[in-house]
Amino acid sequence: MSHHPGNWRRKLLIGLTLFFAGAFLMVPILVVFHQALNKGWDGWWRAVSQPETLHAVGLSLLVVALVAPLNAIYGLSAAWLVSRFRFRGKRLLMALVEIPFSVSPIVAGVAYLMVYGSTGLFGPWLEAMDVKIMFALPGIVLATLFVTSPFIARELLPLMELQGSEEEEAALCLGAGGLRTFLRITLPNVKWALYYGVILCVARSLGEFGAVSVVSGQIRGETNTLPLQIDLLYHDYDSTGAFAAASILTLLALVTLVLKLVVEARFDKMHRD
Amino acid sequence: MLPGFSLTLGATLFYLGLIVLLPLGAMLAKAGGLGPQEFFKAAFNARALATYRVTLLSAFEATCFNACVGLLFAWVLGRYDFPGRRLVDAIVDLPFAMPTAVAGLALTAVFAPNGWLGQYLEPLGIKIAHAQPGIAIAMAFTSLPFVVRSIQPVIEDLEQETEEAARLMGAKELQIFRRVIFPAILPSLLAGASLAFARSLGEFGAIIFIAGNRPMETEISALLIFIRLEEYEFGGATAIATTVLLTSFLLMLATNLAQAWHQRYLSRD
Repeated sequence: MSHHPGNWRRKLLIGLTLFFAGAFLMVPILVVFHQALNKGWDGWWRAVSQPETLHAVGLSLLVVALVAPLNAIYGLSAAWLVSRFRFRGKRLLMALVEIPFSVSPIVAGVAYLMVYGSTGLFGPWLEAMDVKIMFALPGIVLATLFVTSPFIARELLPLMELQGSEEEEAALCLGAGGLRTFLRITLPNVKWALYYGVILCVARSLGEFGAVSVVSGQIRGETNTLPLQIDLLYHDYDSTGAFAAASILTLLALVTLVLKLVVEARFDKMHRD
Repeated sequence: MLPGFSLTLGATLFYLGLIVLLPLGAMLAKAGGLGPQEFFKAAFNARALATYRVTLLSAFEATCFNACVGLLFAWVLGRYDFPGRRLVDAIVDLPFAMPTAVAGLALTAVFAPNGWLGQYLEPLGIKIAHAQPGIAIAMAFTSLPFVVRSIQPVIEDLEQETEEAARLMGAKELQIFRRVIFPAILPSLLAGASLAFARSLGEFGAIIFIAGNRPMETEISALLIFIRLEEYEFGGATAIATTVLLTSFLLMLATNLAQAWHQRYLSRD
C-alpha cells in the first residue's frame, strides 16, 4: 500500500455522522422523554391517565386495528394481480397504487370532504340517510387508509415478481385448490415482506396527522386520535400532558423500529439460504 | 394459468377506486366547478402565493441539507465500521417511525430560545423555532431517511476495484470521488432527493408546531388549506389543494421522465 486513504478523513466523516445522528435524530427523542417526565413518574401517569388522552389512545389503536388488515388484503390482492398475470394497463395500475405517496395528507383530507362532507358528492344523501362518515370513526379510518394504502403493496410487489409462480403452478398441477395454494405456498413465501409492510403501515397509521385532522373534526374525547390530542393539549398550554401523550407514541415508534430490525434480519437470512 | 385474475382485479380496482380515485376525482371536479376566475382568486392571491414561496423555499433548503447529510450518512454507514454503527444505521429510520406531530413538538422544544440547542443559537442571533428556518429543519428531519436509504445500497454495491485502479494510476482521493464514485451514486442521490422534496412539500404535522404560522411569513400551503376549511371556505381550500396536488404530480412526472431518460442514456453506451 503506497497510498492509503488518510485515516483522519475517515475519523472526520465518522465524527460528523455521529454529531448529526446525535444532535438531529437522538436529541428530539430525549427531549420528549425529558419533558414528559419533568414532573416525575406520578406527573407522567396523571397526564397520561386523563380520560381524553386514554380515549385518544384507544381510538388510535382501533383505527390501526381496522386499517392494517384492510391494507394487507389490498396489498396481497394488488401484488398477486400484478405479479401473476399479464394484462393491458398494468403499468398504469402500478402508478395509481403509488399515487398516495405524492399526495399531501391535508390534500387527501380535503378530497374526502368533497365526497362525504356536507357539501360533498354524497353529502346530502348521507345526511338524508342519517349516516355519519365525516367527523366520525369511518372518516378517520378512510383517510388513514388513503395515506397508508401503498405501504404493504409496495413491499410485496417486487418480491412476488422476483419469486415467480413456479411453485404455485406445481401445487395446482398436483391438485391443490387455489385458496389452499395461496395459504400454503404464497403466504409463507412472502411472510416477512408482509410483516415488514404491516409494520410500516402501523407506524404511519398511528402517527397520521394531516389527513385525520381534516376529517376528524377534532371533537374532544370523541374523534381525537393520539396525534390530534397532542396538538390539542399543546394549544391548551398543557405541556406535560402533550409530551406525556407524545412519549407514548415515541415508545411505540421505538418498538416498531426494533421490530423492523428483527424482520429485516430474518428477511436477509431467508434470502441467503 | 393461475386462478384469481378476476377476483384480484375486481378487489384491487374496487379498493383503489373507493379509497384513492373517488376522493381525488371529487376534489378535481369541485375545483373544475369553481370557474376560472374564482379558482384563480382563491389559489393565487397574495397570501396563497406567499405560502407557495415559503413552502418551496423551505423544501429546497431542506432537500439541499439532506442531500449533503444524507450522502455523508450513506457513505459512512456503507463504507466504514465503527462502534455504534448499527445503532446509527437503525436510528436513521427514526423520522419515518416517529409521528410527525411528535417530531414537530420535540423539534420546537429543542430549538425554542430556551431549548437544548436554541439557548446556544439565540445569543448568536440565530432564530429557528417560530421562524422560517424552523420549517426547513422540520422538513429536513421528516425526509432525511429517503436520501440515506436511496444512496446506501448503491454505495454498498460499488466495485472498489475501480477506485483501487484509479488510485494505482495516481489519482487523488478527491479526484476519485468526483470522477468515479459521484457519477455512480448520482442517480440514486437525485431519486432520494426528489422523494424528500415531494415529502417536504406535503408535510404538515411537524411544521405547524415549529413554524410560528404568521400569514405572509411563516405560513405553509397545507396550513392555509386547513385555515380555509375552518372558515368554511371550501371553494378556497379546494382551489389551493388542487394547485398543490397538480404541482406534486408534475414533479413526480418530471422525476420519472428524468429517470427514464437516464436509463436510456446508460443503455446507449
